Amino acid sequence: MITIDVLVTRVEGLQRADLEQWVASDWVRAETVGDVLSFGEIDVARVTLIHALRSDLEVNDATLPMVLSLLDQLYDLRRQVRQLSEVMQETVPGDILTEISYRLAARTL
Amino acid sequence: MSASAPSQLKVSPLEDPYATLGVSRAASPDEIRTAYRKLAKLHHPDLNPGNAAAEEKFKTVSAANELLSDPEKRARFDRGELDAAGQERQNGPSYRDHAEGAAGQRYSRAGPQAQSWDGADFSDLFGSMFNQSRRADSGPRQGEDQRYTLTAAFLDAVNGATRRLTLPDGRTLDVKIPPGTTQGQVLRLRGQGGGGIAGGPDGDALIEIDIAPHPFFERRGNDIDLVLPVTVVEATLGASVQVPTPAGPVMMRIPPHSDSGAALRLRGRGVPKRTGAAAGDLHATLRIVLGPADAALEAFLKTWTPAQPFNPRAAMQVQS
Repeated sequence: MITIDVLVTRVEGLQRADLEQWVASDWVRAETVGDVLSFGEIDVARVTLIHALRSDLEVNDATLPMVLSLLDQLYDLRRQVRQLSEVMQETVPGDILTEISYRLAARTL
Repeated sequence: MSASAPSQLKVSPLEDPYATLGVSRAASPDEIRTAYRKLAKLHHPDLNPGNAAAEEKFKTVSAANELLSDPEKRARFDRGELDAAGQERQNGPSYRDHAEGAAGQRYSRAGPQAQSWDGADFSDLFGSMFNQSRRADSGPRQGEDQRYTLTAAFLDAVNGATRRLTLPDGRTLDVKIPPGTTQGQVLRLRGQGGGGIAGGPDGDALIEIDIAPHPFFERRGNDIDLVLPVTVVEATLGASVQVPTPAGPVMMRIPPHSDSGAALRLRGRGVPKRTGAAAGDLHATLRIVLGPADAALEAFLKTWTPAQPFNPRAAMQVQS
């Protein structure tokens, strides 16, 4: 289990107070085990990203929720497209997949 | 960026870090930081998922920044003690790797509670493509029927057979083709289609039968047509010959003086009888085949005078 104390040490330059604020703002969604916050690897990665956005990329706290919201939408969509692609590969005959890829290749994005 | 910079897609890790950041060798730490942030915002991999070129660029930009933002390292690089390689910093865990997998559900806009795929999610993109067969109610309902095509051998369709069909998902179905199956007939295999929803029964597999042609049999309803080659002798003098039928060869008597094109019927030797239909017949149309040249036959015909000369083209109103 990754506690908040462990997480603070895993991301260089991360302030515990900032992290607590992000959890309170629902930017980071930890699970609670008893009354202790428990983070997963995705949360570590997300905290690392938020930290990088704020410190390296100078995204300020007023803009950050919008950036995160757009990112979450982007990844929602990418998960769905990936699932769609998996289900298509399981169900659609190969010659139709080939036809689809040819027709997509003929289009400009 | 200098005009001599290498191709933009593939950035060499040995590229001059000043060129990478687009700053001069005399750039101040602030200029370097600003240049780095500007490029990092453009190329950060988590902001460009699936874009390998951006990721590569980001690594190069990060490495350049790593080197030039540290006064000591920068000085050593300027003195030639460090080259631009080997400075690549360890990247932290990538958010992309997690966000695109099942774990990414935690930060779904719909909330962390897993919810199933809904065609409506894409309705603005794909129109009704995913909604045609999905109703709004969530009660138990039967799984969807799934359609497949099975190409059956001619004789399998006539006589009946069990054939294995491998589905696109790797499952196999043993399909019982009943005797007398016709082209385009759809067989329904109950419960072999899509899984039931919310406890509903499974859907059916619908198997459309496509019948492959046979080299010499042709189907006409319940009857089978066959062109039967015969020799001049068999046609002239009559004979008993073996005739193929869907159920195996049978003997048939060819009467003397059977002309080319004469149709002989083998009753009950067509499509076998089954519930609701009597057995069909087999129609054999004779075709006289001369066979290899025969000097004796030719010598005989040269001296032969028909007892009743006739013009086979008289009906076409031409001279013999």
